[in-house]
Amino acid sequence: MKLIDACGLACPEPVILCRNAVAAGEFPFAIEVNDQTPKENILRYLKNNKHSAEIENLGDIIRIIVNN
Amino acid sequence: MRFKNKLLIIISGLLIGAAAIILMTQGNPANMGFCLACFLRDTAGALKLHQAAVVQYARPEVIGLVLGSFIISLVKKEFRVQGGSAPFLRLVMGAILMIAALVFLGCPLRMVLRMAAGDLSAYLGLLGFIAGIFVGTQFLKRGFSLGRTYAQPKISGYIFPAIQLFLLVLLMTGSSLLAFSESGPGAAHAPVLLALGFALVIGVLNQQSRICQAGCFRDLFLIQDFHLFWGTLAIFIAALIGNLIIGNFEFVAYGPIAHQDWLWNFLSMLAVGLASTLLGGCPMRQLILSGTGNIDSVITVIGMVLGAAFAHNMGLASAPNKLDEAGQLVGGPSLAGKFAVVAGLIILVVIALQKRQVKQVERKI
Repeated sequence: MKLIDACGLACPEPVILCRNAVAAGEFPFAIEVNDQTPKENILRYLKNNKHSAEIENLGDIIRIIVNN
Repeated sequence: MRFKNKLLIIISGLLIGAAAIILMTQGNPANMGFCLACFLRDTAGALKLHQAAVVQYARPEVIGLVLGSFIISLVKKEFRVQGGSAPFLRLVMGAILMIAALVFLGCPLRMVLRMAAGDLSAYLGLLGFIAGIFVGTQFLKRGFSLGRTYAQPKISGYIFPAIQLFLLVLLMTGSSLLAFSESGPGAAHAPVLLALGFALVIGVLNQQSRICQAGCFRDLFLIQDFHLFWGTLAIFIAALIGNLIIGNFEFVAYGPIAHQDWLWNFLSMLAVGLASTLLGGCPMRQLILSGTGNIDSVITVIGMVLGAAFAHNMGLASAPNKLDEAGQLVGGPSLAGKFAVVAGLIILVVIALQKRQVKQVERKI
């Protein structure tokens, strides 16, 4: 599974990276962030576009796995 | 969860709009209420960074926003000291943003407050602001990035809130270290504790709701997401209702402390919209982030304060339109201010063209 590192990126870059991966149809993929705001933005984007996601908390890093 | 988030951002917006009108009735300058460009400019004046005697006052609204955000981020364990993402570019863009905002005579928040008072010149500003954000999103789409932030020494996250606390002590003791305007907008202010109280609550709510006026249109363009839009709409509605109640709503070509030069209202807010989008947030959002340990936002805010100082030291800020004794319209943007906006736009575009793809190490899990 492809892993996108969006840690330390300011809004809206994590969402753009996620959107690009969705557009490329590379399911499943994972995207990692290290702040609450990009996590919320990505989850809202995925929900608005009817994609399902799982969240794993890895200490400081939050991994979002996008299944479809 | 989703409903809760939407409710939070709407409440944030309503409170900002309501507080702006209430603070205005309690002494803050007309249609300014809670303008962060104006208030950072006043604080720059209080620190004697510029010599415009009519706009010098260490605004408790700025102090409260930062401290409110600082406290809630500590409580919610969201205080993270990070920085190092193109600090000098952020400083420069913060300064350009502020100079352009002072040619328009207001930040995006004051633009909405002016719109809610019926000031038609602000609607041209809105068109410019939206156009600037649209241009900014095109650069973001083609890969513009200021780069990653990294963890910084923890102490650096505490210094900016500590400075605000120090400023508050100086303000409340009337210290001679600060300049205090005796007339003009800087002398018009609500009671310190009232302004501080509102700002603290707004700081807390804004940090939690992530409300951002540049993000509001950016997310519409980029991902067709209305979430942040509800926040700005809520500010407008609360301010509109407030203005109708206090009798401050009237359609006019230009309101108090504003000018009707449509081209420069448009172009200056175009620069503000573009700079805010490249910086990742409007002036209000930058101040909120500066309280949460985001050193990049601290640098941006310092850039805005410097920009304000330059704007007044060099006569770049516009003079409000008014009728003189002979009935002639005076004021408006200065020639130097127009040059500064054009130069600022060129610098922003040159920066934005530096396509700096963030390094992605191909990793599989």
